[in-house]
Amino acid sequence: MTKTVTPEPREGNAPVRIAETDAGMLNSIGLANPGRAAFLAEMLPRLAELGLPIWVSVGGFAAEEYADTCRALDGRDDVACIELNLSCPNVDEAPESAADIVASCRRETGLPLYAKLSPAVPDVGALARAVEDAGADGLSLVNTIRGLALDEGLRPVLGSATGGYSGPALKPIALAAVHAAFRATQLPIVGMGGVSTGRDAMELIAVGASAVALGTVLFSDPDAPRRVREELYAELSLLGHASPEEARGVARSAPATPKP
Amino acid sequence: MRRELLDVTGNESFGPYTLLRVDRGDIDPGRPGQFFMLEAPGRLLPRPMSLCLAPPGELAFLIEALGRGTQALCALRPGEAIHVLGPLGNGFDLDVPRPLLVGGGVGIAPLPYLAETLGEPPAVLGFRSTHHAEASALLPGAEVAIDPVLVTELIAPGHDILACGPEPMLRAIERIAPNAQFAWEAPMACGFGACYGCAVEVDGTLQRLCVEGPVLRRRGRVICC
Repeated sequence: MTKTVTPEPREGNAPVRIAETDAGMLNSIGLANPGRAAFLAEMLPRLAELGLPIWVSVGGFAAEEYADTCRALDGRDDVACIELNLSCPNVDEAPESAADIVASCRRETGLPLYAKLSPAVPDVGALARAVEDAGADGLSLVNTIRGLALDEGLRPVLGSATGGYSGPALKPIALAAVHAAFRATQLPIVGMGGVSTGRDAMELIAVGASAVALGTVLFSDPDAPRRVREELYAELSLLGHASPEEARGVARSAPATPKP
Repeated sequence: MRRELLDVTGNESFGPYTLLRVDRGDIDPGRPGQFFMLEAPGRLLPRPMSLCLAPPGELAFLIEALGRGTQALCALRPGEAIHVLGPLGNGFDLDVPRPLLVGGGVGIAPLPYLAETLGEPPAVLGFRSTHHAEASALLPGAEVAIDPVLVTELIAPGHDILACGPEPMLRAIERIAPNAQFAWEAPMACGFGACYGCAVEVDGTLQRLCVEGPVLRRRGRVICC
């Protein structure tokens, strides 16, 4: 997954951009990126040399900006999927709704379009249905959620005061969002938020994720993709599932009687 | 750049600072001024620390326990192990005719390795107290200034300065020696250029300190916070 590409280069937000908290971290990077032209000319060819499927994260401040980038990426065989970053808490939101942005992008490309949604919406299921109706091919759940940290002097740590909260604290939020989306649509769902072990990945699959993404854990463990996959397959095996596909949504049943 | 689980081999105090030593494993110590991301037990993110010394078979880091991560690192004892990633960043440009090392407080951290590599050039160090100045033992032969005497008062003209220390010290040096090399610091998450978290303003543009630095050699304004 690339860093979000915007039409114009963005320097990003003022330092400080990183704050560690007890159960997670905050980032206020602010979509720093070299812009679409430099991405296409320089970064994408270098990424393609890795020989891995490339998902491009697309951002913007109006539906037209997202759509323009989708048009520029359309038909490229070095792009496996476009993930629309509809929910970054560190930048101003586009005026159009998520569904409108998806619809604008759908008209511009035949590449798979995944909608990355914020957990901070009143009804994730309804939003999932709306982007599905607008033509999304899948969902990415969840983006970070807005948070703030103060230092010992009671000053915000981040240069922009607030940032996106990620890490272990986000996992229950991600589980709830995937659970709601899985009950609302048939779309494939990439679950993400606070995954650091195979068990975490198993939980997201159990509530309905068809794939799992890692973010924050990579800062402390760049080997996490290999390790989490290995641990996940051990979990699946222990629980008697032949594959992640087979285990998808197994947490569907009502909660067990709470233990006293 | 490698990441390995390394055994802690030593924990020594130098004034209020801790010299943490780990087994080197297969990790390359890199060049003076480069840094490593150290796993901080109990914390989510690793901590960036410049290499202080490269004793045979070891890596040593000088750390001040200022926050939860550094407190955890300073509490490590032989028998424990932490993940270490590196070497990272650029290093000092060693091709300078008349080096003078200038350090302040825990900022002296990269200077012992630098001094060894350059063949023990002159060094001036500043500390806020005699207790803090015990760390000068890591740079034998260095001239030491203790508050209220400032380290900048010990700087003789005509040298190529390589400096690391608190921001006010670096700014003061910048005014008298604009072409000096400065090792800056910034809060980091990844340390290897992926997250854009450590961006600092250099000459009006934001650059990743872990990639463009941590040693910056340009003239002009650097804003870290």
